[in-house]
Amino acid sequence: MIGLQHYLVVGAALFSLGILGLLTRRNAVNVMMSIELILNAANVNLVAFSRYAAGNMAGQLFAVFVIVVAAAEVAVALAIILTLYRLRRTPNLDEADILKG
Amino acid sequence: MTAEAAVFWAFAIVTVGSAAVVVLSRTLIYSAFALLFTFFGVAGLYVLLGADFLAATQVLIYVGGILVLLLFGVMLTHKIYDLDLKTETTQLASGVIVAAGLFVILASTGLRTQWMGVPRTPGPTTAEIGRLFLGQYLLPFEVASVLLLVALIGAAMIVRRRRDA
Repeated sequence: MIGLQHYLVVGAALFSLGILGLLTRRNAVNVMMSIELILNAANVNLVAFSRYAAGNMAGQLFAVFVIVVAAAEVAVALAIILTLYRLRRTPNLDEADILKG
Repeated sequence: MTAEAAVFWAFAIVTVGSAAVVVLSRTLIYSAFALLFTFFGVAGLYVLLGADFLAATQVLIYVGGILVLLLFGVMLTHKIYDLDLKTETTQLASGVIVAAGLFVILASTGLRTQWMGVPRTPGPTTAEIGRLFLGQYLLPFEVASVLLLVALIGAAMIVRRRRDA
């Protein structure tokens, strides 16, 4: 019998993998992919709670808002990465240290 | 094992397995294509959870929009003839320790808590979502549309080439 807890474990695995990518990747586009994993993990949890625990549709509506914010985030982040690449000729985040004192 | 359990495990393995490829693959383009399977796996989980509208939205926006934008990001920040788009990792050992600890904490919290609440009876969701968006959630809906407009104009402003620079 598949229940809420199965989905919570899948969400936890997706979230932890996203955190792992966030901590270990140097490439900015790869970090963006990890953020998408984290947002998807949150969405899986929201929809699972909407199905098994809340008894209403609020979780699914929240998930739609998360998707909207993810789309806006990717657009702005890609613009920043491209501008940085034009400036420094590198997509690596640890080389973008212009503000370092 | 029931049919539902078999389908769930199939989608769960596809989702988590390809998410691991996204994070651990050394070739950037492999990560991008593994992300495709992660998004499809999550859409399958939505279908299993009775969220049909959300599954369609996931495929349309994540696979059709966000993944294409990410591929643009991969292609525009590397020279195309650079065949091996390699990407290094830093602090892999400590990152694995933090992520594994986080997974243990989150999963054990989810498994050991006695979850209360009433399940929602599965059924078509699209009409209900539309009614809620134009009723109870009208203000967040309008704010989200303004946010999208502002973000897209801002992205275009940031990335355009200035004539004087």
